[in-house]
Amino acid sequence: MAAAPNFEVAKLTGEITVPKLREGAMAGIKSYNANDKMQEALGFPGALVEDWHDRAIGKMGELLKKYRSLQVFMDACVHCGACTDKCHYYLGTSDPKNMPVARQELMRQVYRRYFTFAGKYFPKLVGAKDLTKEILDDWYSYYYQCSECRRCSVYCPYGIDTAEITMAGREILDSIGVGQKYSNEILGKLIRIGNNLGLPGPAILDTLQGLEEDVLDETGIPVRFPLDEEGAEVLLVTPSADFFSEPHVESLIGYAKVFHAAGISWTMSTKASEAGNFGLFIGSYENMRKAALRIRDAALELGVKRIVVGECGHAWRVAYSFWNTLTGVGDGAAEADEFAKKLQAQLDHSVPQPSHICEFTHDLLKRGVIKVDKSKNDHRIITFHDSCNVSRASRMGDMPGGQFIIPREVIKMVANHYQDMAPGTTHEATFCCGGGGGLLTDDLMEVRVKGAQPRMEAFKDVVDSNKVNFLALICAICKAQFTKVLPYYGYDMGMVGGVHQLVGTAIELPGLGAGPVEEEAEEAESEAAAAGDE
Amino acid sequence: MAMDVNGVSIETDEEGFLVNLSDWNPDVALELAKGESIELTEQHWEVINFLREYYDEYQIAPAVRVLTKAIGKKLGPDKGNSKYLYDLFPYGPGKQACKIAGLPKPTGCI
Repeated sequence: MAAAPNFEVAKLTGEITVPKLREGAMAGIKSYNANDKMQEALGFPGALVEDWHDRAIGKMGELLKKYRSLQVFMDACVHCGACTDKCHYYLGTSDPKNMPVARQELMRQVYRRYFTFAGKYFPKLVGAKDLTKEILDDWYSYYYQCSECRRCSVYCPYGIDTAEITMAGREILDSIGVGQKYSNEILGKLIRIGNNLGLPGPAILDTLQGLEEDVLDETGIPVRFPLDEEGAEVLLVTPSADFFSEPHVESLIGYAKVFHAAGISWTMSTKASEAGNFGLFIGSYENMRKAALRIRDAALELGVKRIVVGECGHAWRVAYSFWNTLTGVGDGAAEADEFAKKLQAQLDHSVPQPSHICEFTHDLLKRGVIKVDKSKNDHRIITFHDSCNVSRASRMGDMPGGQFIIPREVIKMVANHYQDMAPGTTHEATFCCGGGGGLLTDDLMEVRVKGAQPRMEAFKDVVDSNKVNFLALICAICKAQFTKVLPYYGYDMGMVGGVHQLVGTAIELPGLGAGPVEEEAEEAESEAAAAGDE
Repeated sequence: MAMDVNGVSIETDEEGFLVNLSDWNPDVALELAKGESIELTEQHWEVINFLREYYDEYQIAPAVRVLTKAIGKKLGPDKGNSKYLYDLFPYGPGKQACKIAGLPKPTGCI
């Protein structure tokens, strides 16, 4: 169904190989710029400012002070080369500027010139360069060919995180009026309307009512999709793509069935109708906070006790690592932050705040609160793609590596056929889907298709060897990216789906008039415990 | 960018979507469809008209599922699926049909 591409798509071999360098292979790639309205909505200049040079250097100086990490990353690299073959965009495009060290060097060369003694006085000796318009163009091109997935940082002996350098690069560019249309337009919609797609409340309500009808038709059970219901126990915050797109919506149906089967009251919110937060992608703390505060406002208004995050990779990074200080979900809000304090007092701290939907469902499955018929997934042979932000920037549950263990355990508890992809392509070494970090846009299709190649090689391997026919995901971007990209490599887009799509297939729904399920489960649990004692 | 429709210059963005949604009329749709190499048939118009009605009410394009269901209800269950819509609009019913219907491009994690 995909139209013929105007670039070459590699033939998969099932093995990941390091390509020969092709200098400048992706130099012409430039995603569309944000227009003045999109820029100004985020507090950035509408177009390239006249004194861009001085302002860019000023901004760099500011960021070096604000983020000690950036200063360390600028100084620490010894050019050991460990990162060179670790980026999926380098492996897929052969462009040496997509090597992590080279991507860092785009900024480091300028850093040396303006912020180090040697670079100020002997620039040629230390490879220091003036910030020119050409370098600025290179920044725009190559900082939007990085998905901020952090795979390279796993292999760097100094732990240099290219993602942070990319974020700083984008922040500097935004501050002088050069923004990316895809990310900035979407972030503007999130802050203005409440979600990335720009779905107003009535559209969400209409969609959810439609889903209630569909599930009732299909199962005969009135599973609810509540919106803006005060007094619910759980607020579910999920990517707006779950309301809009296929296969995303199948996971939303899965979440609803889990809440229904467990008998837990829940709600979604029009105000907090987006888990994602592209403020992270463009390195803008202020905009990230603005977007995140919508979730706090919704939680306070609805009076919920628990916040659960749906299948969205970078959202989980923001939620797990930043929500506590941004919004007060979790611990660590500033003393003076009245509303964060109020929210902390409101939430139930006997459960993780926030919780990932996978750890939420995992707990219910383990305790026997929800029951499944695994054979319903017997037509599927499943593999799991670890999402980059979940794998390398967060955790789940209370054990090290929980972010790898829990989603896999959920899959294995609801399905009989599971096969991991090759080591070195999973867990903390996972490859990005190729569309993360603000690259999920049609104008970067070549970067996306080529960047997906390493993952596609590992996928081909399990398709050929183990007849895998389902790629299970926990991220809206991964779902959209693979749905688009799989056909370029000869696979059907229907192979892509969510972990909660699998849960939704296998879950047994208590019918009308079924007793309170929590109690039954507790009985079953105490029976099991008693049996264990014998 | 701009395109000429009956002597009137209509502004489009870099991806070919209308800058001013109020510029749309059936002749503009024909011109937009030409740019997509699609010849509009009655079946296309049924989808386009539904998209515009939905947008008028909700200020957003319908979700894929809402669209397929509505088309299915109106035109029969054999047409209420994404294959039917992809046959009409090969680049995706969401994006390509929205463009021709004069709606903004739906963007997000989709």
